Amino acid sequence: MPDGALPVLDVKNLKTVFRTRAGEIHAVNSVSFELRPGELLGVVGESGSGKSVTMMSLIGLLPSPPAEVRDGHVMLGNQDLLKIGEEKLRAVRGRDVGFVFQDPMTSLNPVFTVGFQIMEPLRRHMGMDKAKARKRAVELLELVGIPDAERRLKDFPHQFSGGMRQRVMIAIALACDPKVLIADEPTTALDVTIQAQIIELVKDLREKLGMAIIWITHDLGVIAGIADRVMVMYGGQVAEHGPVREVFANPAHPYTRALLKTVPKLREPRADKLRVIEGQPPMLGKHPSACPFRARCSHAFDRCARENPPRREIGAGHDVACWWDHRTGEPV
Amino acid sequence: MSEPRKKLLEVRDLKMHFPIAGGLLRRQVGAVKAVDGVSFDIYEGETLGIVGESGCGKSTCGRAVLRLYDITEGSIKIDGTEIGTMGQSALRRMRPKMQMVFQDPQACLNPRMTVAGIIAEPLEEHGTLKGKARLERVLELMDAVGLNRNFANRYPHAFSGGQRQRIGIARALALNPRFIVCDEPIAALDVSIQAQVVNLLEKLQDEFGLTYMFISHDLSMVKHIADRVAVMYLGRIIELAERDELYERPLHPYTEALMSAVPEPDPSIEAKVERIILRGDVPSPANPPKGCNFSTRCPKVMDICRKLDPVYREVRPGHYVACHLHDAGIMNNQTNAGSTGAVPRHEHKQQGEDA
Repeated sequence: MPDGALPVLDVKNLKTVFRTRAGEIHAVNSVSFELRPGELLGVVGESGSGKSVTMMSLIGLLPSPPAEVRDGHVMLGNQDLLKIGEEKLRAVRGRDVGFVFQDPMTSLNPVFTVGFQIMEPLRRHMGMDKAKARKRAVELLELVGIPDAERRLKDFPHQFSGGMRQRVMIAIALACDPKVLIADEPTTALDVTIQAQIIELVKDLREKLGMAIIWITHDLGVIAGIADRVMVMYGGQVAEHGPVREVFANPAHPYTRALLKTVPKLREPRADKLRVIEGQPPMLGKHPSACPFRARCSHAFDRCARENPPRREIGAGHDVACWWDHRTGEPV
Repeated sequence: MSEPRKKLLEVRDLKMHFPIAGGLLRRQVGAVKAVDGVSFDIYEGETLGIVGESGCGKSTCGRAVLRLYDITEGSIKIDGTEIGTMGQSALRRMRPKMQMVFQDPQACLNPRMTVAGIIAEPLEEHGTLKGKARLERVLELMDAVGLNRNFANRYPHAFSGGQRQRIGIARALALNPRFIVCDEPIAALDVSIQAQVVNLLEKLQDEFGLTYMFISHDLSMVKHIADRVAVMYLGRIIELAERDELYERPLHPYTEALMSAVPEPDPSIEAKVERIILRGDVPSPANPPKGCNFSTRCPKVMDICRKLDPVYREVRPGHYVACHLHDAGIMNNQTNAGSTGAVPRHEHKQQGEDA
């Protein structure tokens, strides 16, 4: 680490496999990354690239069976989340690690009031009594910008709009001042004007609270606006990783390069024809022995089918898993 | 756009209200005004993009235009024929001309039918093709949308999202329609697949001379595919213009806010974008605000906006907008009144603080 700060979260070699009747699905293959205090790590990838499964494996949110975390270490401070057991993990979830899910419609419990759901982690993890928890819940709702917070504690989730529900989810995730906040596509189900509100809110909260955030999305635009570092995933692996400006300005992996070209830009002149990435994402039936992107890659050569490229450093904090060198246009 | 083009579709004052039943006797107590008086034309061979947030009535508008609903009021002319009040059996004879591509490729294909069966169904219902000729046509359509002929006997579950959307497009094309409503055809697809489907739609448009109504919430994609774009808010079209005109010189404050909210996949541009963050949510279409529909969230709201509904009018050639700010008569009155002239500017500053 260049700046010497200890990471809050250090993930090494994480490997998650789903066992199904049709065989194994290798959803996450040797994923390593770290998260430093106060930074925002953006994780981009298509559906099936393993981005959500990676983050859910970290804190044991996947049902097992069928999911099985086969290998790896997840260090949060000095404890390994994969080894500490269910009881201790329950204490970590919500207290040290907050989670915001994609769909604000289904991730709140419809039969409890919003107030109850915010107070639950406060009473459980922080040992607050009812009155204290209530006071803190009002503060939290005010923090995330819900007007008339005191009265809205008594409301049920269906009485809130989508954007407001996502704010409630963020309030719950923030309740115990977590060290790490994992946001899984938090704005995907929302409209652009509401998405802009939530992004503004998260920027603001980061300044105020200084927690580390992992933001999962498929929208490169969102990442460009808020992330410090970005990790591009493809086929259950990290394809490219680096500081956000560097990755967008000098993308090294053919997938990142193609992805950046295929998205039309609103503020640039219209292209005659959209660039496409031909083909389909890979099936992850077995442990990868070759590059998962090779079938859709315009630079693929024989080595790509023989060996799975490891991540190699190409700049300060910028690494790529590819046998092709984007600077020379030749194999490395 | 030099020579006068032929209008394929003319929609005038279209209204689609859904009744709300309430009380013990389930009487009608109100109405959701999903589409509340929209008028537009679509010229032959062009793509009209319809953008707006969820709940603004864009999908309802698309379905109403094809008469998938019995509309509340208004007139719809397709190729000169009035279909707004047409009965179902007469409408059925019109169906081959106008087709639809749906949003969810998972839900719009019958899981118990093979791909060939799905694409052949409109031919069975409306066509005269039989036996071998029909199968030949199905295979031809599969070629046109880029599906492998060998997959004709497979079932939808064996295909990915992008391929399923191709099946839906092939089915819509089966009867050689002239007009297709595409209702969020790419919303359920991955980024890398979206471009494939959009390119396919453009290719087919050139090949078969199709006219599209392209409904989407993705402003960047609409900028790519549409010739003209209409922006909807709460059941109304609030602005409509040629694509470049609209994206370069949006007139309505809502269009401005909508465009500024789109994140740009480039950190160096993203850092410079001035965001207009709208406060609050879209009001309920069952109980729209008094005056202008957008007055509750508008950063440039004036007193008159809360009282008087702005008229949808042509302010520049081909550029329509419904906003008092672009109504010369009203703006003159405002400045003449002296002190009130300062009101909009003051409010704007207050709301633009986070830009």
